[in-house]
Amino acid sequence: MKKPSFMRESVVPVLTVLAVLVALWYVAALFMNHSMVIAEAELKGLAFTPSEIWLRSWALDKPLLPAPHQVIAELWRSTAGLSVTSKRSLVYHGWVTLSATLLGFLLGTLLGILLAIGIVHQKVMDKSLMPWIIASQTVPILAVAPMLIVVLNAIGISGLLPKALISTYLSFFPVVVGMVKGLRSPEAIHLDLMRTYNADDFQVFTKLRWPASVPFLFASLKVGIAISLIGAIVGELPTGAVAGLGARLLSGSYYGQTIQIWAALFAAAFLAGLLVLVVGWSERLVMRLMGSRPERRTA
Amino acid sequence: MARPAEGTLVSEFEWGEVDRAAGTSAPVSIFTHPTTPKSLQLFGRMLGVPASMNVIDIETLSLTFETGDGPVQALSNIDLKIAKGDFVSFIGPSGCGKTTLLRVIADLEQPTGGTISVNGTTPELARLDRAYGYVFQAPALYPWRTIARNVALPLEIMGLTRAQQEERIARNLALVNLTGFEKKYPWQLSGGMQQRASIARALAVEPDLLLMDEPFGALDEIVRDHLNEQLLQLWAKTKKTVVFVTHSIPEAVYLSTKIVVMSPRPGRIHDIVESDLPRGPRPLDIRETPEFLKLAQRVRDGLRAGHSYDD
Repeated sequence: MKKPSFMRESVVPVLTVLAVLVALWYVAALFMNHSMVIAEAELKGLAFTPSEIWLRSWALDKPLLPAPHQVIAELWRSTAGLSVTSKRSLVYHGWVTLSATLLGFLLGTLLGILLAIGIVHQKVMDKSLMPWIIASQTVPILAVAPMLIVVLNAIGISGLLPKALISTYLSFFPVVVGMVKGLRSPEAIHLDLMRTYNADDFQVFTKLRWPASVPFLFASLKVGIAISLIGAIVGELPTGAVAGLGARLLSGSYYGQTIQIWAALFAAAFLAGLLVLVVGWSERLVMRLMGSRPERRTA
Repeated sequence: MARPAEGTLVSEFEWGEVDRAAGTSAPVSIFTHPTTPKSLQLFGRMLGVPASMNVIDIETLSLTFETGDGPVQALSNIDLKIAKGDFVSFIGPSGCGKTTLLRVIADLEQPTGGTISVNGTTPELARLDRAYGYVFQAPALYPWRTIARNVALPLEIMGLTRAQQEERIARNLALVNLTGFEKKYPWQLSGGMQQRASIARALAVEPDLLLMDEPFGALDEIVRDHLNEQLLQLWAKTKKTVVFVTHSIPEAVYLSTKIVVMSPRPGRIHDIVESDLPRGPRPLDIRETPEFLKLAQRVRDGLRAGHSYDD
């Protein structure tokens, strides 16, 4: 059988979709911005040709919808073009958000795993905690985040930790749900086997339940890391827009800097994609170390 | 310790040191009477007191499952004695309770009536003592462990040192002809090899009793023949007591010294056939001999008579 070519299998479809999206975006930018160009022309008493309206729609300072090349230029300017210590550098703001994300993700994962272990081993915890865990996620995080930050500020906790705690609040949930399922995933025959060996609960946990739950853990981590980032950004909104990608979004909207907002949005999306990729790579590495059958690529 | 001379009185304490196959009738002891509290039974066991000369002693045992559709009688009035060194097969159609009976012996199910002793004690104490090795219908290997580490699993739980583990892994993998596959993962082995690895894992515990629940049921006939032959050689070599569940008549007759024919609804013993085929390794072509065919015929008749064709 011919080896499937990476170019034809992956790159071409992705690039095709991207090209279509970019084209649609340019068209949308034209529709949304052209009235601003026409208004400007009328104000200055100028008459633009249709092609001039087109080009100016894609080159406004504060457009309703910036064109892709404007966003890319802003991204480039605020990352490569500035020192990383600059308060306008997206690398600086990205790092602020990333550190809160990672701390919150770590805490959320630990909390989620501990809760799942308790729930799987104690019927009382299963009955009493699970409804509250589910209820916790029905509360809109946008409402909770400012209160949490204000309360924590009042008792002297500020900076990284409050934002991280919002990430924790969001990311522990998929970990609990996934790990409860994962720790309960061993088949009856595998559990019977442990029983014939007179294994205690701790041995059943370390030798059977934990390794069996690893694929479930990684599925949860992929969701958890993405919403950790969202949690950190949401946590930055009520802090008065000091630093972080959330702060860039907020200050951009204060001053109508749509290009800045979109650049921050893209930076956040890029960061999320990168984090999910890193989790995916570590999953593949761990699964290989655990001797799992290599996945066969299918078309 | 030397075997006591014929007719010598043997104290309870000494019985424990004696070859357990020596006698036929069990001395009744306060340590082992069915009504004895567990703690005292445990104490007796620590002294090495066997309750009976039979490895497995089952009397009027019954088991009823409570299901949503009402109670289902899985086992009814089972009487069975299995002596040390026997190779006993349970055969019967599905639903006859053969697997359930094996699970009762292994303390994986609790009987609702009657008495059962395993290795002279309760099934629970026998299990806690790791007195048996259990081979399941599926290999039940842990996919994240290599073959060697799968065999090591019970040894880790038992708390053996690394050196002891290595020695038992090597010896038991050699017994099932899997030397050289230590570092492979289960998915890299064929179904027959996986089941052999699971037998090595059961043997690594070094139990005197091996419980096997249709271990070759999912394998094709050629592999099954081969494994049957190997199993008999292994049994002859290790002198273990084997209880083997199957639904194949040739397999049961070929392997067993005693065939327990069971019938369903409620699960009960229909007939117990003592095999007159030679003990020890048997050639595969023994299956063409008149003696073999006669035994197979008796088992088949038993299955037919016990089977209700009302469904």
